[in-house]
Amino acid sequence: MITRLFKFHGGIKPDAHKHESAGAAIRCAPLPSRLIVPLRQSTRATARCIVEVGEKVLKGQRIGEPEGFLGTAVHAPTSGTVIDFDRYTMAHASGLETRCVVIEPDGGDRWIEHAPFDADAAGRDATLAWLRDCGLVGLGGATFPSHVKLGKGSGVETLILNGAECEPWITCDDRLMRERADAILAGARILFRLIGARELVIGIEDNKPEAIEAMRAAAQRAGDTVRIQPIPALYPAGGEKQLIRVLTGIEIPYGKLGADYGVQCFNVGTAHAVYRAIAHGEPVVSRIVTLTGNVAHPGNWEVLIGTPIDELLPLAEPKPDTNRTLMGGPMMGFALPRLDVPVVKGSNCIISASPTLLPPPPIEQPCIRCGECARACPAELQPFELYWFSRAKNFGKAQEYHLFDCIECGCCAYVCPAHIPLVDYYRFAKSEIWARERDKGAADQARERFEFRNYRQEREKEEKAAKLAAKAAETRAKLASEGDNTAAPAAEAPATAPEDPKKALIAAALARAQAQKAAVQPRNTEDAPRP
Amino acid sequence: MLTALFVMTGIALVLGAALGYAAIRFKVEGDPLVEKIDAILPQTQCGQCGYPGCKPYAEAIATGEAEINQCPPGGEEGIRKLSDLLGREFKPLSEEHGVEKPKSVAVIDEQTCIGCTLCIQACPVDAIVGAAKQMHTVAETLCTGCELCIAPCPVDCITMVPVAETVQTWKWKYPVVEIRKAA
Repeated sequence: MITRLFKFHGGIKPDAHKHESAGAAIRCAPLPSRLIVPLRQSTRATARCIVEVGEKVLKGQRIGEPEGFLGTAVHAPTSGTVIDFDRYTMAHASGLETRCVVIEPDGGDRWIEHAPFDADAAGRDATLAWLRDCGLVGLGGATFPSHVKLGKGSGVETLILNGAECEPWITCDDRLMRERADAILAGARILFRLIGARELVIGIEDNKPEAIEAMRAAAQRAGDTVRIQPIPALYPAGGEKQLIRVLTGIEIPYGKLGADYGVQCFNVGTAHAVYRAIAHGEPVVSRIVTLTGNVAHPGNWEVLIGTPIDELLPLAEPKPDTNRTLMGGPMMGFALPRLDVPVVKGSNCIISASPTLLPPPPIEQPCIRCGECARACPAELQPFELYWFSRAKNFGKAQEYHLFDCIECGCCAYVCPAHIPLVDYYRFAKSEIWARERDKGAADQARERFEFRNYRQEREKEEKAAKLAAKAAETRAKLASEGDNTAAPAAEAPATAPEDPKKALIAAALARAQAQKAAVQPRNTEDAPRP
Repeated sequence: MLTALFVMTGIALVLGAALGYAAIRFKVEGDPLVEKIDAILPQTQCGQCGYPGCKPYAEAIATGEAEINQCPPGGEEGIRKLSDLLGREFKPLSEEHGVEKPKSVAVIDEQTCIGCTLCIQACPVDAIVGAAKQMHTVAETLCTGCELCIAPCPVDCITMVPVAETVQTWKWKYPVVEIRKAA
């Protein structure tokens, strides 16, 4: 069957550097001396810690309870003892800290009791809840909760499995497809049923012939008629919108998602994790990480979540001139602020960089308006306009030029002859705009609350005045009726000014107080010594 | 000659009627300028400007009674926005009204709090929860950092704590060109 493929605009062909790490089989990383498991696996949601310091945990035991709509559970990656619950630096460009559970492995790596999950018997909602409780998030790097992405279970025609892995250096999905194709396919079929799709397509860049072959062989073994589609290697073909465009020809417009057009994408690693979660009942406690770059033995390792990078990287033996370490690919990744940060569910690759291998970008020079960036932009934006507006902090204009359609793929900066770090400017502008929106939301809330408080104070004042007036009127009426009867109970009540209700009130109160005083006999004073 | 006069009078009458109708039909309630100024002000309701809240200050700016540089929480950026909106010249923040501080929230030391409710009454946005002789606490997400609760507290148990940066509020920094020596 000949299927038509489509093209997306722009794109670049950087040196792939895949062969360095793609040759060796996935190896299991040894247990580190301690595991730092962040309760925040993405920037979106934090789990609630449910273990205590000193507690013994088993591999796969839940240590973080999912909270909120986007929350997923967090599990102990191995058996051991919880030795700390504190803030540790997270693997994020900010270098900020987040709450982490630190586990000291006991070396046994003993699993908690787990059993396969019968998805067909349990029904859709229970299966989604199971995936959430297994800590299933997108393992392509974005760590978006899979159970949210599986959504309503209707309206999605095509399920795309993303095996493009378009970033240079990274080979974790490639190795996974070569070695665990059957599991990936089974996971894809689970996702396929859950989402209620009619077509399953696996998109793999044609620079991974072994992976394509392995997936085809797996499909044949399973008697599956899945479409395994090689796509031309062109960065960023693995971007969700770009992959959808290439495979289906659908162009997702501004502000829409693939699901709005009946297409949903999952990473091959996610499909594998889904298979483990359903067929074996295993939560996400490890992932495949590519260790490559300026190292002696590049390769792929199955790494427990929470393994500190400084214990992981020596497995690949970085060369002595390594001066930076990147997490993620060279295009979209970031330099790690410190090396004691842990591997998280989204960490697909760790690259050692040296001044010769991945040199820091040359000095930024003025934009010469060549327009190369616009030719390379896969989102069909005008990067130079965005750059000028972001640089001038003219955020309204930047938004008008669809800054938020930028996927930060880095194509524009890659082709820029003036070496302008364009993506840094876009990231700066985006986070400034978000901050402003947050501030505006807070200001609106404060204004509303202030206005309501003023209104409430006014209302309370009025209510008090009305209450007083009502009471005064009542007393006046009472006094008037008493005056009519001419049978004042208190004879000493002065009849001087009955027309003045206030004075009458005071007089009446005084009289009552006097009467009370007279009625009450002081007790226990008979024996008191007289002065 | 006479025709021209009639025509002109007629046009004048028709247009006058149309304008008069439009003035009633499309009457703008309130002063839109005040709303625009109010939207720029940070809504801290702190009163450092000398007016009882952001709205009264906005009204005072609109009437030309107040300067645009009396709002410390709005800071320099706020003054710039106001000067853009009003076409008035930018002025640095007036020192007598205070200085620009990082965003903070009030925190009540709950061990010291005696439950007098004075801070609750002072809070312009009802961000303090508590009752007489009960411990009070500040709802952090609602607090604007106006510091109005600090002065009334008889036991000085309220402190201002700067809001820490989290991953959600962290911002990418403006790219800085690194200047290196030419080899």
